[in-house]
Amino acid sequence: MVATQETIDTLEEATGKYKYGFVTDIESDKAPKGLNEDIIRFISAKKDEPQWMLDWRLKAFATWQKMESPDWAKLDIEPIDYQDIHYYSAPKSGEGPASLDEVDPELLKTYAKLGIPLDEQKILAGVVAVDAVFDSVSVATTFRGELAKVGVIFCPISEAIRDYPDLVKKYIGSVVPVADNYFSALNSAVFTDGSFVYIPKGVRCPMELSTYFRINEANTGQFERTLIIAEDEAYVSYLEGCTAPQRDENQLHAAVVELVAMDDAEIKYSTVQNWYPGDENGLGGIYNFVTKRGACRGDRSKISWTQVETGSAITWKYPSCILQGKDSVGEFYSVALTNNFQQADTGTKMIHIGEGSRSTIISKGISAGRSQNCYRGLVRIQPGAENARNFTQCDSLLVGDKCGAHTVPYIVSRNPTAKIEHEATTSRISEDQLFYCQQRGISTEDSVSLIVNGFCKEVMKELPMEFAVEAQKLIGISLEGSVG
Amino acid sequence: MAPLLEIRDLHASVGDTPILKGINLTINAGEIHAIMGPNGSGKSTMSYVLAGRDGYEVTGGDILMNGVSMLEMESDERALAGMFLAFQYPVELPGVGGMSFLRAAVNARRIEAGEDEIDQLEFVKLVRAKAKHLSINDDMLKRAVNVGFSGGEKKRYEILQMALLEPVLSVLDETDSGLDVDALKIVSDGVNLLRDPARSMLVITHYQRLLNHIVPDYVHILAGGKIRRTGGKELALEVEESGYVGIDDAA
Repeated sequence: MVATQETIDTLEEATGKYKYGFVTDIESDKAPKGLNEDIIRFISAKKDEPQWMLDWRLKAFATWQKMESPDWAKLDIEPIDYQDIHYYSAPKSGEGPASLDEVDPELLKTYAKLGIPLDEQKILAGVVAVDAVFDSVSVATTFRGELAKVGVIFCPISEAIRDYPDLVKKYIGSVVPVADNYFSALNSAVFTDGSFVYIPKGVRCPMELSTYFRINEANTGQFERTLIIAEDEAYVSYLEGCTAPQRDENQLHAAVVELVAMDDAEIKYSTVQNWYPGDENGLGGIYNFVTKRGACRGDRSKISWTQVETGSAITWKYPSCILQGKDSVGEFYSVALTNNFQQADTGTKMIHIGEGSRSTIISKGISAGRSQNCYRGLVRIQPGAENARNFTQCDSLLVGDKCGAHTVPYIVSRNPTAKIEHEATTSRISEDQLFYCQQRGISTEDSVSLIVNGFCKEVMKELPMEFAVEAQKLIGISLEGSVG
Repeated sequence: MAPLLEIRDLHASVGDTPILKGINLTINAGEIHAIMGPNGSGKSTMSYVLAGRDGYEVTGGDILMNGVSMLEMESDERALAGMFLAFQYPVELPGVGGMSFLRAAVNARRIEAGEDEIDQLEFVKLVRAKAKHLSINDDMLKRAVNVGFSGGEKKRYEILQMALLEPVLSVLDETDSGLDVDALKIVSDGVNLLRDPARSMLVITHYQRLLNHIVPDYVHILAGGKIRRTGGKELALEVEESGYVGIDDAA
């Protein structure tokens, strides 16, 4: 299985250094730096987009220009020069390969290094379809045949814009409106790729869908846009895992993910985020400013977000659920780990609109080194949400004595029948626990990993199996050097 | 041939407080030694110093295992060299499954020895075989390490680890504390199964009762940071009769 192989490779090297710190030497088809209407037209033309899409982008750009970057988060962010970024970078390998033979071998090598399979045979064994994105262009999409048989659409969003314009038009921007925030407006103007998933009525997607992303060129912000639609009684499990090469300049990652679940539908969205976190002195690293939101439009619909975030210099994201449908369910399971000088301001928003709507939030924050980790959550019960229920558990684990853990929970209830529970704990890895493990011959680093993984168990068990193994190892590796 | 364990004039402090004030003790392979003594005599301190716990500083003397000094070795290194400490109060590890923990310990040993990690199936079989003798079932191993365990369950799990790791020197720190009669029997039987001419044990206890089950070759009385008397197993009975009063004055 992909993730397991990647994990084993990582362990074998076991130097604690960022394993994916390499750059592929390929001529890039890059837009000049800067952000203006011409660049947007350039992107739209490169993607061969219909006029309505270009108009949508230009409108978004106009909106963005009137907005200001928000600064309310507990984050120390170097000001970003938006003119000093390349907004488009694609490897020069033609319009899109019909088969793997047509793909640039250098590219294939990169994916092989990352342990990402582009060989359909290999995938058959693992039953995970991969829509591989390299910089701004999807390189290959596998397993489309199998999915097409049951009517599932899983393709790059640029393709969906061309081939399924009605579907895209209907839903894009409906869960995260363009003007929702500064970064969603920016993304709407310059997004370059992402996944489009459509599960028709009554279909249970026969395999887990997965996408790997990678930012390659210096100063290229990657702006991907993902849209997943599950019709009545549909089910899909989607995995998102990221790696990025070592860089000195910060790279901006401002994605937008929109999920729509209709009556009795369920979308399970899992993320293992491993972006380059900056070096041990806080230099470099990815800025991960993402807007993720799921709309539980249908009655008894369900959306679950599961995330393990160990990378990025700065993580700023609140995967959320709008619980519109009656008895709809929203879940958020999160492990956010920060080490060295990383920063995170992350959490979720559960907006209860429908009667009987329920939400569960389990957040595990681990701070180590000199990092700052903030959980920010909103549970909002609207007047019509009779008998809404929320359970929130927010645990922080501090490793060492130079890091910070912060919790900012907002609870707004406008319906007196709502039941809202909030539990929070803050703890440290005790010396007793470490000694107990060490006395059994387990090294200090493995002991920390064992204890921290135990701390995160409730979240880890929500991850699809192949991710769970990778995530556990990732936690261990991310904590290296944090104790002793 | 060097003795399995040699403690030479060992002095140790916790912070600024001297606790061990010159311990001399030699344990040969296959021997079981008991340490008894009043509260505050330094019994637990001795077990921590042997195991290399942070915060317990050796201020003089030496500890040698098979002729090799352990003072520069970290606690995990000493464990891998074959030392095992069965804790008096085993700590909880929330979320860490009982089986997973055992596997991590067993694999640490195997990797140190240049072997591959143990095969999953083989491991489960191995654990079940050893667990049977300690009345530990699969369910107990699915729980997180020591979380919500009764006193008896904790001690049995300690001995299970000992059975799996096959240490050459086991230090049992008040293994009988908190145990009822039945649990004491199970734990003692488990320990006795692990007796071996190549292995030794240091049994630390308050009460003579345990030593009826785990019969020692030598008994030492520790008081005021020093070993005051040494004898055979009858010494334990003597102390039971007359208590620890007056022991300090000897030597």
